[in-house]
Amino acid sequence: MVIDIISWVSVGLMLATATAVLINRDWRLSLGALAVQYIAAFWLVTRHLPFVMGSAKLITGWMVIAALGMTRLAVPSAEDEESFLPRGLWFRVTLVFVMALVAAGATPRIESAIPGLGLPVITGSLLLIGAGVAHLGLTSDTLNVILGLLTMLTGFEILYAAIESSILVAGLLAVTNLGLGIAGSYLLIAGSTPIEMEEEE
Amino acid sequence: MSAPIIWILTPFAVGFLTLFFLQKRFSPLIGGTVSTILALVALIFPIDTALLLGSTSIKISASVQFFGRSFSLNTADGPLIAIIYGLAALWFFGTEASGTANRFVALGLMIVALLTASIAVEPFLFAALLLDMAAMLVIPLLVPVYQKPGRGVIQFLIYQTLAMPFILFSGWMLAGVEASPGAIGATVQAGTILGLGFAFLIGVFPFYNWIPMLMEEASPYVTGFLLWALPTFTVIFALGFLDRYTWLRSSPQLSGAIQLAGVFMVASGGLFASQQKHVGRIMGYAAVTETGLLVLAMGLKSSEIVNTTFLLLIPRGLELAVWALALSIIKRRAYSLRFSEVQGLARSYPVAVAALILAHLSMTGFPLLAGFPARLALWQELARQSLAVSFWVFFGLLGLLIALGRTLAVFVMAEEKKAWELNESWVQIIMLGLGAIGLFILGMFPQILQPLIANLPALFEHLGQ
Repeated sequence: MVIDIISWVSVGLMLATATAVLINRDWRLSLGALAVQYIAAFWLVTRHLPFVMGSAKLITGWMVIAALGMTRLAVPSAEDEESFLPRGLWFRVTLVFVMALVAAGATPRIESAIPGLGLPVITGSLLLIGAGVAHLGLTSDTLNVILGLLTMLTGFEILYAAIESSILVAGLLAVTNLGLGIAGSYLLIAGSTPIEMEEEE
Repeated sequence: MSAPIIWILTPFAVGFLTLFFLQKRFSPLIGGTVSTILALVALIFPIDTALLLGSTSIKISASVQFFGRSFSLNTADGPLIAIIYGLAALWFFGTEASGTANRFVALGLMIVALLTASIAVEPFLFAALLLDMAAMLVIPLLVPVYQKPGRGVIQFLIYQTLAMPFILFSGWMLAGVEASPGAIGATVQAGTILGLGFAFLIGVFPFYNWIPMLMEEASPYVTGFLLWALPTFTVIFALGFLDRYTWLRSSPQLSGAIQLAGVFMVASGGLFASQQKHVGRIMGYAAVTETGLLVLAMGLKSSEIVNTTFLLLIPRGLELAVWALALSIIKRRAYSLRFSEVQGLARSYPVAVAALILAHLSMTGFPLLAGFPARLALWQELARQSLAVSFWVFFGLLGLLIALGRTLAVFVMAEEKKAWELNESWVQIIMLGLGAIGLFILGMFPQILQPLIANLPALFEHLGQ
């Protein structure tokens, strides 16, 4: 019972953090929200995977956030995004609401198709996948794209952890997350280095 | 010594060492030599078979365990590995001539090693993760540290990352479908998810918009390498799926969907190529058309799937290498590769322009060139199945031919009194010349590929048997 309550609290945290990442424009807040999101994801992952493997996912996620945060701090100034898409606050809030509805509607069907996953695991996973994809659709800014991809991947990992417990897969997924963080960091600093420091062609 | 250590760990380690410790100017030589040696070893030494050299017995074992799963390369993989590392050597030797950043070789070796791991990993489903990791290693090559990332590279990253969850999840669903083949709903869902995953990965219409964008904003040589490497291994991965799951092979709906995707790619690629005013973007759309042909080959309802697919894959590597090298040489003079910038360059860079035109002709399927035998074989099979599909393939290739006519017209549109010059270096002339000769040899004597592709159907237990 207590475990169920904590699981649903984790889902609530996921909804809150996904909304925060989607709505706010301050990268510090976004990365902070993502860090909290990884804690919630850790809890749901450990419903099906051993504690150690769940911890590995949590630590990997935090390492990615650290890499992105340090890189973003070093980048002098960020340019504003193009604003041809409807990116208003209420539009995004509505989008999150629609996603939550879709996740709530789809969860029982998935649970009946794949019994044993657990409702919180499915709901949390669908929420994050939806939020990640929505984020990707709304932005072309490098950091936000990476945040969207990380959110989507976290959602997928929660669901996949329930059906595949291989250590190799967990390791490769961790490397993929780290790779995404490093690629994102590289893309953030690319173009901000003075031309004199460019590598030899 | 085991095969995965030789063909996965060794090139990865060499790439890593080259990146951080070795002198950059030697990297093309090191990368090219290592790849050539690996290709020759794959050709000469059969995997998992004992060879007696004098009194010494040598045997390359097939598999190695890693985190409880196995990486395995079998005897049938030998020719495939030889082809892959042989073509990789071609790309690495050409680096110097193309003037591409030196880390290309180091990261390129690591990418090829990861992609080779994708055909070795068991269960083969996990290849999706390795393909995604290889795609991430391409990022530093596509965006130099002094250049802001464009939209093309961001879209590339998004699509490649999106593909992986789709494929992994569909693999799990397919196992369920296999257990209860009567469940139509689950079958449709699994097929749709799998199709979406591969559409993202291979760049099926309409998910290929990053290709022309990358050709515009990144180095043509690096993008050419990417357009060779990733689709090649993705196609092998997709063939693995078709081979593994009986219902995928026998499903007429899936075969129809694959054909439709291929037709869209070929026709739209050719159409868009004919409308471009940028030589790089034309190459991008030509690569899309070529990938469409590969998709069509995978959708054939014939035992020739494997042979036709590999007959397309091998010349593709050479065509793209020659085309990308020629474009790189031209780009050093005309930065943007727009028609207005490259006008009349045939008199300044005659060898590069001639090689570019030959590669383009080969992709169009011009007789006597490398692309012709494969296209003829594919057309023959397609014509048996559907004349409409054959017509749309003709339409796409016609689009490429129109693009070729426009490119040629722009290149030769020089001032009347402009003198002919030879601005390419000797290395560039030799590399382009060898590539062009290779295009003719593969076109006129396609049977020289026979020893390499004859045993490839053995890679797939059920396909083409």
